[in-house]
Amino acid sequence: MPYVGTRSTWLLLVPHKPKPTELDGNIELFCIKEGTVRRTYVWTALLLVLALVMAACGGTSGTTETTAAPNTTAAPGTTAASGTTAAPSGEMKTLKIGFTTSITGKYNTESTRQDNGLQLWMDDVNAAGGITLSDGTVLKFEAVSYDDESNKDRVQELYTKLATDDDADFLISPYSSGLTAASAVIAEQYGKVMITTGAASDSVYTQGYTGVYQVYTPSSRYLTSSVDLLGSLDPSAKKIAFVYENSNFSTGVAEAAKAYAESNGYEVVLYEGYDPDTQDFSAFINKIEASGPDAILGGGHFQDGSAFARQLYEKKIPVKFVSLLVAPPEPSFSELGDAAVGVAGPSQWEPLVKFTEDAAMAAGADWIGLTGDEFVAEYQAAYGEEPSYHAAGGYAAGLLLQYAIQKADSTDADAIKAALDATNLMTFFGDLKFDTSPDHHGLQIGHDMVVVQWQKADGGLQKQIVWPESGATAAPLYPLGQ
Amino acid sequence: MNLDVLIASAVDGLLIGFVYGVAAMGLTLIFGVMDVINLAHGPLIAIGMFGVYEIFTYVGMNPYLALIIVAVVGLAVGVLVYFVAVHRVIDAPPLSSLLSTFSVNMMIIGVGTAILTTSAYNVDFSLPSLDTGPITVTGTRLAAALIAVGVTALLYAFLYRTRSGKYIRAVANNRQAAELMGIPSTRILALAFGIGTMLAMTAGGLIATILPINILAGGTYELKSFVIVVLGGLGNPLGALVGGLILGLIEGLVPVFMKTTWVPVLEFGLFILILLVMPQGLFGRKES
Repeated sequence: MPYVGTRSTWLLLVPHKPKPTELDGNIELFCIKEGTVRRTYVWTALLLVLALVMAACGGTSGTTETTAAPNTTAAPGTTAASGTTAAPSGEMKTLKIGFTTSITGKYNTESTRQDNGLQLWMDDVNAAGGITLSDGTVLKFEAVSYDDESNKDRVQELYTKLATDDDADFLISPYSSGLTAASAVIAEQYGKVMITTGAASDSVYTQGYTGVYQVYTPSSRYLTSSVDLLGSLDPSAKKIAFVYENSNFSTGVAEAAKAYAESNGYEVVLYEGYDPDTQDFSAFINKIEASGPDAILGGGHFQDGSAFARQLYEKKIPVKFVSLLVAPPEPSFSELGDAAVGVAGPSQWEPLVKFTEDAAMAAGADWIGLTGDEFVAEYQAAYGEEPSYHAAGGYAAGLLLQYAIQKADSTDADAIKAALDATNLMTFFGDLKFDTSPDHHGLQIGHDMVVVQWQKADGGLQKQIVWPESGATAAPLYPLGQ
Repeated sequence: MNLDVLIASAVDGLLIGFVYGVAAMGLTLIFGVMDVINLAHGPLIAIGMFGVYEIFTYVGMNPYLALIIVAVVGLAVGVLVYFVAVHRVIDAPPLSSLLSTFSVNMMIIGVGTAILTTSAYNVDFSLPSLDTGPITVTGTRLAAALIAVGVTALLYAFLYRTRSGKYIRAVANNRQAAELMGIPSTRILALAFGIGTMLAMTAGGLIATILPINILAGGTYELKSFVIVVLGGLGNPLGALVGGLILGLIEGLVPVFMKTTWVPVLEFGLFILILLVMPQGLFGRKES
């Protein structure tokens, strides 16, 4: 019985090669002793644990190094080097900016980029000699940040710690609407000013908070710019089908866009949600075709959005315009090939967007910071990749804070709040302006989504900006040639 | 509700149903031969998806040719999984094989997530669509259905016309008796597991040509496979194909009449109903 001998403990992992004599229907084959079975259980359990550990490692590996970001705040040498008028008599003060980053967990990628953008801003402002107030005080910035593990409970603990133990002067939100909602409560409770970025949900701003300010365009306006674009392209296109993912975010976007479209005289011929893990949209598409829309708006996240776009293309749906959430701005959307051509989508920011100081002046707004090109170049030099809108949002949050401090000429929370309330600012990220009504205090009302569209260029696919007209890099492809 | 939508949806559903059928055949074959419920079925489907994706994307090979490579690799992977995780527990209580195949499931998902993340990938490949008046049938979907039918025919030819196939049926029927007749049961079980895996990976490869993929996507098809297998009768490959068609038809037609979110409700409602009313399935073997 070689089966249950001493070597059987490790044999589980090695294919058992029976001797030729065993092969021919040896009944011993079935006589597994109790001990073997028990050992098998132990091994199975061990393997299970091993697999779990591997799965856990998979989620976190390769990210931990970005945490340290040692190059940022600890650079006192740069102060002297940068030749700005060193404050003659004023005292030096270092302001603590508190925030959490999702170093681990599901928001890791986006959150790390947002953190990178914010750090880049801090490097820039410190290298330029900080902010000098009129009384000669020179303000520098220092980051205090922790890993929130993409976890709401951790966020609440850590922001409490940031507000009390660390006594951060200002707070920046974590990435994502959910985490931001959790952190905003704490910020408000401790009377700290918080700039939120990476969070589009509207609901945080209906809670009556007074010190929370949003950088992103809220989800209620995600698709309205697409409706505007359609209106400017073709006043005769009046039928819209809304097909959206059944998630909090996408449903909110679709509801708001539907109301906006209807109030602008559009007829909504189909309004239906799909399950978040839908992969096959063919039944849906048949239904869309039957409803005969001019335009399709909706989508949800990357996977469903790209599947939907591809199947629309293959089914040759005769529609003039398609605008989908989240998926089209992602570079990997081009993997769809021809199916991506003509598909548009809203984006918070794109490297190609051009907002300039001149444009700010023309619009009667203030301007602060660098241009989009400079941001892209700096970011690429620092992190070796093209910045996504998450990174731009991080930088913009810092800029906004810098602007408010300069404007208020003070670090006092109330003065800063007053300055933020009165903000009419343009940055490389776009316009920033806040709702100051008590019902929606802090809601972003200035920033608009740009609409990108994939177009054919030089034999390849290129993402172009087609809306707003002032920032467009190409004329919209319309109607889609299907 | 016009007729065109109905026909178009039914055709779409039936075509994808063939592919579901192939995936379910893999599951049902393994169960039929060795009474093992293979919980690694989903990840194996996902490996098939990524096999086709990687070969197509990095080697530039036609995805249908890549499918042949994936099928051969699938056979080898299946035999490997059999000896590593199944062989030792083949006669242990069912919980053991459930746990061991579940471990394989976790390992594949763990490694896959580490390498590929859970992001979606697309095989950037299209065939011209077939336009027949009111209905447009996408080329890749039609090709996938035809290949699925071909695979089923090959499977039956193998099971009924070749010596190894007959051995598999003999072992499925009564392993002890088969062994007494001199059939090398271990090798046959490994082969059956290999073929089951091959079917799963082939189905995965076919899905990759139609729909976007990610490392966790196999789970969806694993669940569908369970429903189909119960529907068609445990251990009956042809039943699995018919079950796949029924499921595909449900997925195609239900959204015409109600919100798509009702599809899983109806699918799993049917699953429970079949278990209650005819637990042997539509084409199940009669249990003694």
